[in-house]
Order: sequence, then C-alpha cells, then structure tokens
Amino acid sequence: MDLTQILLLPLSQFFAATTAAYVLCALGIALHFGYTGLLNFGQAAFAAVGGYAFAIADKYLGFGLFGSLLFAIACAVVYAFILGIPTLRLRADYLAIVTIAAAETFRFVMISGQLGSWSGGSEGIDAWGKDFYDLNPIPSAVYNVFGIPLTERQLWADIVGWAVVVVCAVLMVVLTRSPWGRALKGIREDEDAVRSLGKNVFGYKMQSLILGGVFGALGGVVFSLNSQTVQPTVFGTNFTFMSWTLLLLGGAATVLGPIVGGVVFFVIFLFLQNLLMGLQGAGVLPFITSDQAAQIPFVLMGITLMLLVIFRPQGFFGNKKESQING
Amino acid sequence: MANDIAKGAIEPGCAKIDPILVADNVTRTFGGNKAVDVAHLEIPRGKITALIGPNGAGKTTLFNLLTGFDKPNTGSWSFAGKDLAGVAPNKVARLGMVRTFQLTKALSLLTVIDNMRLGAQNNPGESFLKSLFKPLWVKQEQEITERADVLLKRFKLDAKREDYAAALSGGQRKLLEMARALMSEPKLVMLDEPMAGVNPALTQSLLEHIKGLKANGTTVLFVEHDMHMVRHISDWVVVMAEGKIVAEGEPDVVMKNPAVIDAYLGAHANTDLGTVSIETVKDGE
Repeated sequence: MDLTQILLLPLSQFFAATTAAYVLCALGIALHFGYTGLLNFGQAAFAAVGGYAFAIADKYLGFGLFGSLLFAIACAVVYAFILGIPTLRLRADYLAIVTIAAAETFRFVMISGQLGSWSGGSEGIDAWGKDFYDLNPIPSAVYNVFGIPLTERQLWADIVGWAVVVVCAVLMVVLTRSPWGRALKGIREDEDAVRSLGKNVFGYKMQSLILGGVFGALGGVVFSLNSQTVQPTVFGTNFTFMSWTLLLLGGAATVLGPIVGGVVFFVIFLFLQNLLMGLQGAGVLPFITSDQAAQIPFVLMGITLMLLVIFRPQGFFGNKKESQING
Repeated sequence: MANDIAKGAIEPGCAKIDPILVADNVTRTFGGNKAVDVAHLEIPRGKITALIGPNGAGKTTLFNLLTGFDKPNTGSWSFAGKDLAGVAPNKVARLGMVRTFQLTKALSLLTVIDNMRLGAQNNPGESFLKSLFKPLWVKQEQEITERADVLLKRFKLDAKREDYAAALSGGQRKLLEMARALMSEPKLVMLDEPMAGVNPALTQSLLEHIKGLKANGTTVLFVEHDMHMVRHISDWVVVMAEGKIVAEGEPDVVMKNPAVIDAYLGAHANTDLGTVSIETVKDGE
C-alpha cells in the first residue's frame, strides 16, 4: 500500500483541470436549478457538445484555438435553443425528462459511427488541441506543486481551466446580483406571478438555459483539452450526476458552492477510491475485489446525494431558507 | 346619485360612457361545462367595479381569460382600445392591466423588498446584457426602491422589508401582492379577492388604499365575497352566475335586484345582506 499515492494523488484534484471542468458544469446547473428552477439532468450533453464542437473545429475545420472556442459556444447556444423551445413552456419535471433523454440521444448519435470520422464513433476524436498547447508560455520541465509533480503541459491546462472558472464565476456573481438575477429567482418561485408582473418568463428561462449551457460547454472544452481527446463514454449520465452532487454539496443557489463543493468532492472521492483500492490490494478487505473497491465511492456518492438533499439541502454555503428542494 | 357610468338603460352588459375594458362573446368551456359565457361586458374607466357572484360563477376564470392566463374558446376583448385576444399575459401586464391572484403568489424565497422591485416595469437591469453593467441601471434601481419603500410603508409592511416573503402571514402576503402589482403603476388593476384572509384591523386601511387608487386615476376591478367592501367602495357592481352576467348597476340598486338575491344569496334571501355575506365567506373557506 503506497501511502503517498493515497494521500497526494487526491490532493492534486485541488487544482486539476478535470475538477475545473466539473465545476464549470456545476456552475451551469446552479444557474439553471439554483437560480431559475430549471431541472436540467442533461448537463453532460452541453459538455459533450462543447467538447465535440471544439475538437471537430480544431481538427477538421481548422478554426484555430479561438475560432474553435467560439464554435463550441455557438453550438451550445444552438443546442440550448433546440432543447428549450419545445420544453421551456412545460413544467419543470418535463424539462428534466427531456434533458436526460436528449443527453443520451446525443451521446448515442456520437457513438453510432453514422457520422464517420466527424465523431469517431466509440473511439471519439483524439490528437487535437495543438494550438492550445503551443500557446503554453511555461518552460518545459517537471514542476513540484505542493509535493505533486506536474509537467508544464498539465500545469498549463490546470491554470487555464481554473481561469475559465474564475471568469464564469465572476460573471455569475454580477448577473445573479442584478435585477436580471432577481427576475430569475422570481421565476424559480412562481412563474405565473412573474408573468403577471409583465416579465417575459420564457425569454428569461431561455437566457438561463443558454448561459448555463455555455458554462457546461466550456467545462466540456476544458475537460477534453486536458486529455486532447473527446470520448462519448465520458459524457454519460454519471457525468451529469457528479456535477449535481458537487453542486448540492456546495449549495445550489450560490456561486462559491459549486467551486468549493467541486474541490472537496473530488479530493474525497479520489481519496476513498485510492484508500479502498490500497486496502484491498494489501489484503485488508478480502471480501471485495479491486473492481468493487473502485466502484464503492460511486455508491457512497449516491448515498451522499440522498443525505444532502434530505438533511442539508442548502449545502455548505447556501441559505437554508432559500434552498429547500421542495419550496 | 345620478348615474354617470352607464350609457342608456342599466341592464346586464350595458354600454358605458367611458369604458376601459370591453369584452364580447367571451366563452370558455371545461369539458361540457360552460364556465364563462359573457355576451358583452364593459368596465368603466377610473371607477371601482366589483365583480361578485356565487362560488363557481366563473369570476376567476374570466380574470384569467382577460389577462391572458387562460385561452377562451371564443371571444374578443380590448383594453384601452387595444385588442387583447391572444396576447401573452406578460404583454397584457405591460399594457397596464395588472392582476393579483386568488391564491396569493408571493415569491416566497425573495425578500419583501425584492418582491416589490420585481413589480416595477422597464428596469434596464432586467435585460441580460445591461444587467452586466451596473451604472446602466443603478439609478433606476434606486428610484424603484424608493417607490417600493413608500408603498411598503403605506401597506404597513416596511418592518418586514428584509424578510423573506415566506415569513409573512397570509394576509400580509395578500397585501404584498397588491403592493407589488401597484409597483408597475397600472391603468387597470384587477384584484382577485383582495380581502380574503386579511386581518380585520387592516381591512379599513386596505379599503382606503383602493379608494386612493381611484383618486390617482387608476381603474379597479375586483372580485370579492365581502359585501361590506363591495357596498363601501365600489361605484359599480357586476354580478355573475353560472358564467353569465346576470345583473349590473350601482351597488345599492344591485343588492336589491331579485335576480342577484336569487343567484347569489339563495336561501338567505330574507336575511340582512351584510350578515349573510360573512357566513358565506366562512362557508367558502
């Protein structure tokens, strides 16, 4: 059992680009659910749209780094319209069903291979994002960050990933404290009341869906750029539910919540996974296999999610009164 | 008092000298049941009109139809000369016709003052792009807040300013909803049972507010079961029963109308109207 492995690797999640990617997705859900009351159970699709659009634009269309980024954002906006126009007039629970179905549909279309090399089938698309790493100003070396060795490449991905988080979080703080954010919260409480006050509820919900979706797409871009591949299996339902867990851990109607929730979640998650696998490898847990040891944290994640919703719906930072799941 | 409202003979659906809201042939069917079947209705401008009728008469449904919250099977109606049939509820409100709800819709997890601010129209900060730049809306927001504070004081909610609306009592929520509707400075305010659940100590001041609205030139249309209120403040009474307008006229006259007594009061016809109304309200709750 390698103790440094068990302790250090989870700590690396503090600043990992993958954590930043999930945090971005959770920020998007915070805007959808925490502020607007939209139940989006398909955030993985926004991330997938972002990742695939970026990869295709970068590898096949030659849009360059910023062109690809804009293309990814534009695709997320289009996807939000496709999702929102038919469903945003319906009740929140219908949106939940449609978002989860649409996310799976998108993923299966990507897997199907019907799109040929454009989506790469179940292999996905790899070997792209060169422009991004060419921009890296950090000299080539292995850096020691709080005892964790990181290449200049990894460091660059982490820094950019968290920079995107900061930009999105600041944007969200400004927006949610403005009268625009107040209208969103009003819609969360009672759509008809807000309608009776002369506000275009459908328009606000669409804007929220788009902006939160773009955050998700940026999360997908960060996630995919980090590994320079985009694969359909990554963007399954567990991607969405992980985002939800770290959102609810931190607090749904907050901006800081998803960020701190994300860091705490991944540190604990990886620590448990490493610890259990380490213990299993050392023969301390003879009644489980190593595969099971890797899966147990997912079970615990599910249980945590349930306990959170029941006992602490406001998360770490939320205002309890403002975050009751059931009004 | 000389009649300065109706043009010609006073009868159900009669023409008004200066109508603000005119509805024609508005019908709404639920299953086989015609909930609303209004041949013609005019609401006089600058007056307080009460819409009364027994439970299930279609008063709230008519409110929903006129404000765009429900779609009629047939009919057309216009507000201040603008055709409103098929117009979305938020646009109806923007035109100056703002309503409240029978089942109060306070925005529970917003503070009282935020509820009020949300009632104001044309706040540039409510547009997505402008909201990003505080200087573009901060002045307007201050004006709105000042206006909201004045209204809160008038409705005796100023002590609750920073509380969540969820922390208010039922009657206070009713007041908040009315004050919030007034934030938009409507031309016509439609109140659905404004008195239901309001503490009797507040009733008198609420009546004064409604009279004050009229003094400011706002037209008021309200649904109410409280006959004292109807008699005390309304200039005109419209009576509905089984979806139809069965009578209208000045309050004192309408209350004596046999059709009204029959439709509204039924078995209590011989009892004093004032006391009956209280019992009716209790039965209804």
